[in-house]
Amino acid sequence: MTLLAANEHFARAPEWTWYILFYFFLAGLSGGTYVLASLLRLGGNPADEPAARTGFYVAFPALLICPILLTLDLGQPLRFWHMLVNTTPGELAPVFRYWSPMSVGAWGLVVFGIFVTGSFLDTLVRDRTHERGRLIPNFAAKLWNLLGAIAGLFIAGYTGVLLAVSNQPIWSDTWVLGAVFLASGLSGSAALLGWLVHRRPAARASMRAFERLERFFLVLEIVLIVAFVLLLIQPGVLKAAFAFPWLILWIVAFVSFLPGLFGATSSRRTVSADGSVSVREARAVGWVSLLVLVGVLALRAAIIFSAQ
Amino acid sequence: MVEITPGQSYGFFTDTSVCIGCKACEVACKEWNELDGNEPVFGDGYDNTGQLDAQNWRHVQFHDNVPDETLTAGQGKAWLMMSDVCKHCTHASCMEVCPTDAIIKTEFDTVYIQPNVCNGCRDCIAACPYGVIEMDKKKNVAQKCTLCYDRLQNSMEPACAKACPTQSIQFGPVKELKLTAVKRVNDLHAQGVTEAQLYGADDSVYGGLNAFFLLMDKPEVYGLPNAENAVLPSRNNARGYLATLVTAAVAVVGGLIALRRRREPPPAEVIPAPATVTEPVGGAS
Repeated sequence: MTLLAANEHFARAPEWTWYILFYFFLAGLSGGTYVLASLLRLGGNPADEPAARTGFYVAFPALLICPILLTLDLGQPLRFWHMLVNTTPGELAPVFRYWSPMSVGAWGLVVFGIFVTGSFLDTLVRDRTHERGRLIPNFAAKLWNLLGAIAGLFIAGYTGVLLAVSNQPIWSDTWVLGAVFLASGLSGSAALLGWLVHRRPAARASMRAFERLERFFLVLEIVLIVAFVLLLIQPGVLKAAFAFPWLILWIVAFVSFLPGLFGATSSRRTVSADGSVSVREARAVGWVSLLVLVGVLALRAAIIFSAQ
Repeated sequence: MVEITPGQSYGFFTDTSVCIGCKACEVACKEWNELDGNEPVFGDGYDNTGQLDAQNWRHVQFHDNVPDETLTAGQGKAWLMMSDVCKHCTHASCMEVCPTDAIIKTEFDTVYIQPNVCNGCRDCIAACPYGVIEMDKKKNVAQKCTLCYDRLQNSMEPACAKACPTQSIQFGPVKELKLTAVKRVNDLHAQGVTEAQLYGADDSVYGGLNAFFLLMDKPEVYGLPNAENAVLPSRNNARGYLATLVTAAVAVVGGLIALRRRREPPPAEVIPAPATVTEPVGGAS
C-alpha cells in the first residue's frame, strides 16, 4: 500500500479493483446497447426492430449485475442503501450530491434501471404476444426510449468522470475519461450486438448498421484516447499510464480496434443466398466480437490499475 | 483545562522546528483512540510507522537532511521531523466526493467521518491529496484522525497535543493559533532561519487548514502539495461531464447519420451457399 507521488499528488490508492473493473465494463455495455437499440428504433427503419429488441434484451442482464458488483465492493455491503439515503442521526432523508459523481451515478443507476427494466419487459411482452400486447403504450414508447437512451449515455460515461473527480494521478490529470469510456462502451456494444444479430436471422437486416456504427465509434474512441494521452504529457504521468505491465493491456485494446477499423468484421459477415451462415464464418464473427469486448475490458483495466 | 466552545473553529498548529521525533503524539493517539497500530516498518531514518493510515492518525516523518559536506555544521538541520496528521481542510476533498454524507464538519469545524454512516466506498481515499484516509480492516469503513472529537465534546484537548513534550503540536482556536504561528515564523526569520514557512495558515491551500504547519523546507519535501497543486477533485466535474456530453452528442448524431447512409449489401457480397456443412444460426426471431 504505497502512496503515489506524481504531479505533486499524494493521494492513496482507493483499491478499486476487479468488482469496479467489471462494473465499468458492464455499465458501458448496458448503457451502450440500450442507446444503440434506441437509435435503431427511433432513427432506423422498420427492419431494424428485431435488432433493437436484441439490444433491449442485452441491456437488462448487463445492468442487473452492476449493483451486485458495486455492493460487493463496499466495505460494508449491507449499507449499499446509504448511497441513496442519508443516515446521519437526525437527518434521515434522501441524499443527492450533484457535485459527487458517485452520488449522481447511484441515482443514475436507479433511473436507468427503471428504463432498462421497462424496455426489457415491454419487448418480452411484445415478442411473447406476437405484438398483441405491450407494456408501454405506443404514444409513450418513443419518449420512453429517448429518456432511457439519455440515461444510458450517462451510465456508459459517468464512470470516467468518477475517476477524474479525484486527486489520483492519471485519473485526475485528464478530463476526457468519461468521453473515452462512453465511446468505448458504444463501440463494444456495437460489436456485441453485431455478433448477436448475425446469429439471429430475423435481425440480420441490421448487420450493416452495426458495422458502420462500430467503425464510427472506434474512430471516436481513438480520437479521445489521443486527447487522453496529450493531456497526460504536461503533468508527467504518461509514462506511469503506459508502463509495464499496463502497456500489455493498452496493446490488447489497440489490437481489438483493428478488425472494426479495417473492415475485417464486415468482410466476414456474409450470408449465403439461402439465409444461412457457415459455421466457420459464424465462429469468426464471434471471435472478432469477443476480441473487441476484451479490448473494452483491457482499456478500462489499464486506466484503473495504472493509477493505483 | 482548555475551554472548548462549539461553533468555534479548532485545530492544530504543528511547529516542526521544535519537533524532536519522540513519537509521544503517535502513542497518545493510539492509546486514546484504541488503535492497534501496524507491524513496524523499517526504512531509512527512524521512521517505523511509515505513513498515515487507518491505524496511524499521527505519523512522525523523518527526513534525512544531513549536509553532504561534513566540514560544515548541521546547524540543527540534520533531520527534518514533522508530526503529520489530517489537515481538517476548510474545503475538504474527501468531503466533496463522499456520496453518503458520512463526512461532515463538526460543531468544532473539524472534518469527521461518521463510522455508522460510511459504507466503505473509498471515494474519499482517492480524493484526499494528503493520503490521510484508509480503510479500517476491522470496521470496514474509512478512518482518519477525528481531532479527538469525543475529547472536544468533553472539553479536553486532543491526546496528541496533550502529550507533546516540546509544544510542537499546539491545540486551540484556529484564529489564536494563526497569531501564534505568524509570530513564531517572524521570530525564526529574525534569527536567520529564512527557510521557515507556514503551510495552510492562509487560504491558499484548500481554503486554509485547521491543522496547519510551520515547515523548515518546501511543502513537497514533507509530502504536502504546494499551493499550486492543492486542487479540489471538483475541478474536473464540469469539464468531465461536458466532454462526455459533447461525445454523447457526436455519437448520437454520427450514429444517426451512419444509420441513414448504410446501404444494402451489394450483390457481389451475397455469396452462394458454401459446399461445406452449414447450419442456420440462432433460431429466435
